[in-house]
Amino acid sequence: MFIVDYIKDVYNGVTSLLKGMRLTGYYFVHPKEIITQEYPEVKQVLPERFKGEVVMRHNENNEHRCTGCTACELACPNATIKIVTKFDITPDGKKKKALDVFVYHLELCTMCNLCIVACPTDAIKMAQTFEHSVYDRTELTKVLNKPGSKLMDGVE
Amino acid sequence: MFSLESLAHNIDLGLNNIFPPTVALLSEMVIIGVGVIALFAVLGLVLVFMERKVSAYMQIRKGPNRVGYQGFAQTAADTLKLVLKEGLTPDGADKFLFNLAPFIVMIVAMLLMAPIAFTKGFQIWDINIGVLYISAISSLSVIGILMAGWASNNKYSLIGAMRSGAQIVSYELSAGLAILAMVVLTGSLQISEIVASQQNGWWIFKGHIPAVISFIIFIIAVTAETNRAPFDMAEAESELTAGFHTEYSGMRFAFFFLAEYVNIFIVCAIGATLYFGGWMPFHVGTWEAFNHVMDFIPGVVWFFGKTFGLIFLIMWFRWTFPRLRIDQLLNLEWTYLLPISMFNLLLMTIIAINGWYF
Amino acid sequence: MIEEVGTTTEGDLIINVGPQHPSTHGVLHLVITLNGETVKKVEPHLGYIHRSIEKMCESLSYRQFIYVTSRMDYLSSHINNQGCALVVEKGLQIEVPERGKVIRVLMAELTRIASHLLWWGAMGMDIGAFTPFFHAFREREAINDIMEETCGARLTMNYVVPGGVMADIHPNFQKKVNEFIKLLKSKIDEYYILLTGNIILQERLKGVGVISAEDAINFGCSGPVVRACGVKSDIRKIAPYDGYEKVKFDEVFETAGDSFARYMVRMNEIRQSLSIVEQLIDNIPEGEFQAKTKAVLKLPKGEFYSRVETARGEFGVYIISEGGLTPYRIKFRSPGFSNLAALHHMVKGSKIADMVATMGTLDLVIPDIDR
Repeated sequence: MFIVDYIKDVYNGVTSLLKGMRLTGYYFVHPKEIITQEYPEVKQVLPERFKGEVVMRHNENNEHRCTGCTACELACPNATIKIVTKFDITPDGKKKKALDVFVYHLELCTMCNLCIVACPTDAIKMAQTFEHSVYDRTELTKVLNKPGSKLMDGVE
Repeated sequence: MFSLESLAHNIDLGLNNIFPPTVALLSEMVIIGVGVIALFAVLGLVLVFMERKVSAYMQIRKGPNRVGYQGFAQTAADTLKLVLKEGLTPDGADKFLFNLAPFIVMIVAMLLMAPIAFTKGFQIWDINIGVLYISAISSLSVIGILMAGWASNNKYSLIGAMRSGAQIVSYELSAGLAILAMVVLTGSLQISEIVASQQNGWWIFKGHIPAVISFIIFIIAVTAETNRAPFDMAEAESELTAGFHTEYSGMRFAFFFLAEYVNIFIVCAIGATLYFGGWMPFHVGTWEAFNHVMDFIPGVVWFFGKTFGLIFLIMWFRWTFPRLRIDQLLNLEWTYLLPISMFNLLLMTIIAINGWYF
Repeated sequence: MIEEVGTTTEGDLIINVGPQHPSTHGVLHLVITLNGETVKKVEPHLGYIHRSIEKMCESLSYRQFIYVTSRMDYLSSHINNQGCALVVEKGLQIEVPERGKVIRVLMAELTRIASHLLWWGAMGMDIGAFTPFFHAFREREAINDIMEETCGARLTMNYVVPGGVMADIHPNFQKKVNEFIKLLKSKIDEYYILLTGNIILQERLKGVGVISAEDAINFGCSGPVVRACGVKSDIRKIAPYDGYEKVKFDEVFETAGDSFARYMVRMNEIRQSLSIVEQLIDNIPEGEFQAKTKAVLKLPKGEFYSRVETARGEFGVYIISEGGLTPYRIKFRSPGFSNLAALHHMVKGSKIADMVATMGTLDLVIPDIDR
């Protein structure tokens, strides 16, 4: 029957629309379902594995574990890390290769974690920071070893 | 007791005492003009804010909540931004028509304010063909939209404007027939009489099923007429970027935006007047005590409550449904809404003649 | 010949959809010829975000090039990485431990669900429904949180290394995934109410953008696009990798070949992926998550190819090695490119709105098309 089909069409169409409206109406009257995080006031605690930027571990005596072996520099796909080495004179008078400046280009980094994996001495790690925006891109080029820091004893 | 009716009456008396009648009339016109513009500004701010909050809550978001208390000043800030922006006129555009179009749309919206009864005796112009006037004027806004689309010299705008033209012309029909059904029931075209006839109950309850069908058709048709989603063919963000107002910026864009919201307010006010008794409180037949209690709530509150209820309904549609395609839109009108509303008009006429309503 | 700017000799309008347009999901540029509302011709212009990833990969070592591929199809970055790792493992005959395989599959299926959820929301936007986008993001966010906890990033996870995965799963991983399964199961019916069952959506998608099975194969379409025509094409079934042969799931088919069929294939794939995750999550075998590999990987001289099923279709990696530290030549077969090629065939003669809806159901990710 044509007319029955017509009415059925209208009925099915209208019920499908009303069901949708009931769902949105449900969310309208249930503000508890809101999932908005109000960012600057409420800051999410990021998990410890979150890859925000590469930082170098320093202990309380301002000592790091980086020997300047450039394993991370070689592992990096984007030439994010530049390591400048110098020669230290050890107490027994020998020359020893050591880290001078650890340059890290945050603007080039894709947070792939390869440098952290490659590091044989566990000197660098990923920090959980994420607010990296700056006004000048040169600020994104960082030196990771703190001024005056030196190699931790016993790290080869 | 303070009432808007006595206020309007006193202003009228006062002006007539001081000035000769012509000057009094002119100064009343100025007062009304300023009042309407002020109402426009307030409505724009309130409705845009309402839309943003309604959409936010339906989309499990919080919506604007930074500017002012709970974000109340957000729309004011946005308006300020729009005012400060440059109003670009494209190089290839028809400059005169391009600049004229937003004003046409606004003027049409303003004209529509005339016969709306905010409360008893508080009405700009109680014209005796009020409903007909609204039907006639509201179809003029399509001229502004077509003008904007054509003069922009942009293909997206042109397609949007043409869609809008086809759409508004089609949906005028069923909106008109839905209104006509209520006119048949009421026996009058005058807004004040239509409201007065709902003294003992609103038409949506008194008019049986035909009134309900008529209301549903009305609300669908006006959603389409005001170019609101799911019938926002003229804008169709994902297809035509912004449709007929793609090339507009700054305050001229804000005029289109404002006109859209004022148009929603007006059609919802008409809907509230025809089906929910306008400013008339909720009355049930002969329950005197109950009716008396209801009368304590002022008419303005009833009127705005009902209107905003309908506006909420239209917003609810927008944030739930996907958009139709243009041919489906016209198909819906010509194969579903128009036959149904014609049949409904017939049914309503039978009911009205036999006096089968309460 | 063009008579007036932007008009053909027949008086048809030529419109540039994109590169900045709300429905192109990126910088896709379509030059369409319109006769009124009817689309006569669609011509995709690519190259706006060409980063020459294939060339870049030639200068990166076999460990490094995997992470660049995350930036291709960013919505299924894990599966891209997996495909690249597979080809390296094939070349070096590395046997990935069971635990590593299962973790990879789990992550891949979670990625697939996340990708389909995002597609669902974005497709809703394309056809004018704004609310589904946010509802889809609510569940997608849960997946992203799981990813963040275990892999350290939300979108470009970089979790796969040749020989397994980079780190073991986080202690909370199983608990969180189980919670997520419960969450998605309770919400998946809402998707049906909100969009799938909606009469307007069905009217918009049914019979729109139809492509026959034969044409789909000829155009080289893959994934849900070709499965919507009833063609068996799921790489997870045809050539199982990483232990997909051990899990039970159905390849989803539709027969109509129209936009709604593609829509339904994706919606049902969410359920299938969820069932895979459900089977594996409590049965992760003990053991190593990563095989022991040499510090420097060198593929032997020769040609290597492997393919995986991403959320969009078949992703292939083809490497020619000269035996050096880096690949001599690398070629990616991305699903989006072939799927986009069929767009003109699908939408010719239909309305503009249909074109947008069809593009929505093709699930285009532009960096995947334009590498």
